[in-house]
Amino acid sequence: MAEGRLTLRFALITFVVALALTIMPLPASIAAFRPEWVPLILIFWSLMAPERFGLLTAFGMGLLLDTLSGALLGQHALALVVVVYLTLRFHLRIRVFPVWQFGMTIVLLLTLYEFVLFWIDGVAGRTVPIVERWAPLLASALVSPLILGYLDQFRRDAQVRV
Amino acid sequence: MIAPGGTGGDFARGGASLGFRFFLICIVSLSLMVLDHRDEHLRTIRQAFSVLVYPIQLAVDLPVRGWRWVDAAMAERSALLTENEALKFEKLDAGVRLQRLDALEAENRRLRAMLDSSAKAADRVLIAEVLAVDLDPYRQRFTINRGSTDGVYVGQALLDADGLVGQVMHAEPFTSEAVLISDADHALPVAINRNGLRTIVIGTGDSGRLRMPYLPNTADVEVGDLIISSGLGGVFPSGYPVGYVSSVERRPGQGFSEIYVQPAAMLDRAREVLLVWTAETELTDRHDAERPTSLAEAR
Repeated sequence: MAEGRLTLRFALITFVVALALTIMPLPASIAAFRPEWVPLILIFWSLMAPERFGLLTAFGMGLLLDTLSGALLGQHALALVVVVYLTLRFHLRIRVFPVWQFGMTIVLLLTLYEFVLFWIDGVAGRTVPIVERWAPLLASALVSPLILGYLDQFRRDAQVRV
Repeated sequence: MIAPGGTGGDFARGGASLGFRFFLICIVSLSLMVLDHRDEHLRTIRQAFSVLVYPIQLAVDLPVRGWRWVDAAMAERSALLTENEALKFEKLDAGVRLQRLDALEAENRRLRAMLDSSAKAADRVLIAEVLAVDLDPYRQRFTINRGSTDGVYVGQALLDADGLVGQVMHAEPFTSEAVLISDADHALPVAINRNGLRTIVIGTGDSGRLRMPYLPNTADVEVGDLIISSGLGGVFPSGYPVGYVSSVERRPGQGFSEIYVQPAAMLDRAREVLLVWTAETELTDRHDAERPTSLAEAR
């Protein structure tokens, strides 16, 4: 199905872009405030096309992210799977939320995401600064309505059917 | 009806419920982590994934590399000439020092042979470029553009022109990930150059500062002391500068002093690093390549 393939290609591009943005070098002063692009993109796609992208996509992206960031293999995968599971579980509700409530949901999901990462670091005995860990949450919450609105618009304009 | 996951959705496809599949994937992730944490069991999987993400790393690095190239191409002729002069002078200076060093090295080797002890000496180096990709900002790590196809191995030491930089943590086919000596998880066996006092330097997570937590208040250490690698851990070659003592705070009442070291290498600004093969690790496969007698003597 041509439309399906178009969606898939668009989704693949957004996934690759999210990974690239995650490792893009930033000035040291704002590097700590880098939004968590990969969970945001995964939340977007599991809201827009829950029958197409789900836990396995999150797992795969997580493994790629683990390789990129040199984390334990499975660390980001687990955190992303948890986030996507909750998104899928409540996707019908989340989709009708107003913007501010949606932002709060994103913050909650990403707090959980960071917490899982943090917890695994702790169990594996890796040292992590505690304060900086939570800085990306704010940035992610701020960009989340933008990214979702923009992507949704783009998807509609491009006549991508899901 | 707003029934969470009521109709269709991810879980309607495979038959198994969403919760069950979530549970399965969690188990898989956890076991992956345990296997990865224990040992290098997952080398092949990690390598496969690293080949997948290699194009992304290259693409991210490309604009930065391009900018450097443009910068170099646009450089003023006079600036280049000045730089050339400076480099010539530096080379002369280094050459003169090297002449003396050769004699000293030979003498050192003879003395060590008399004492029947061997030392690791850096033998072969390879220049690697630091890829402009950001890893976890909470960790002092970077990725370099050499991998196991270039002979890079896990635990290999990295230097720059001024001192020790770090060691290789994961060697993938085309890239490697290195951990800096300033990483909070990194410890490095060192000695104070002035008196040979051995201790351990630990990273702080801040690339401008290292810590020496295990020296008692009575230890002979002063601000400005040169700290060199002792080579005791078996990873780093001995005798390379690590840094200079920047502050010493003796705390009566407590067992150890609070000592900080400023790293000699430019940890946060390095673009090129040197990968070092030490003589002893190379002994088996190229024992008659360049300096057969010296290696035999070192043994």
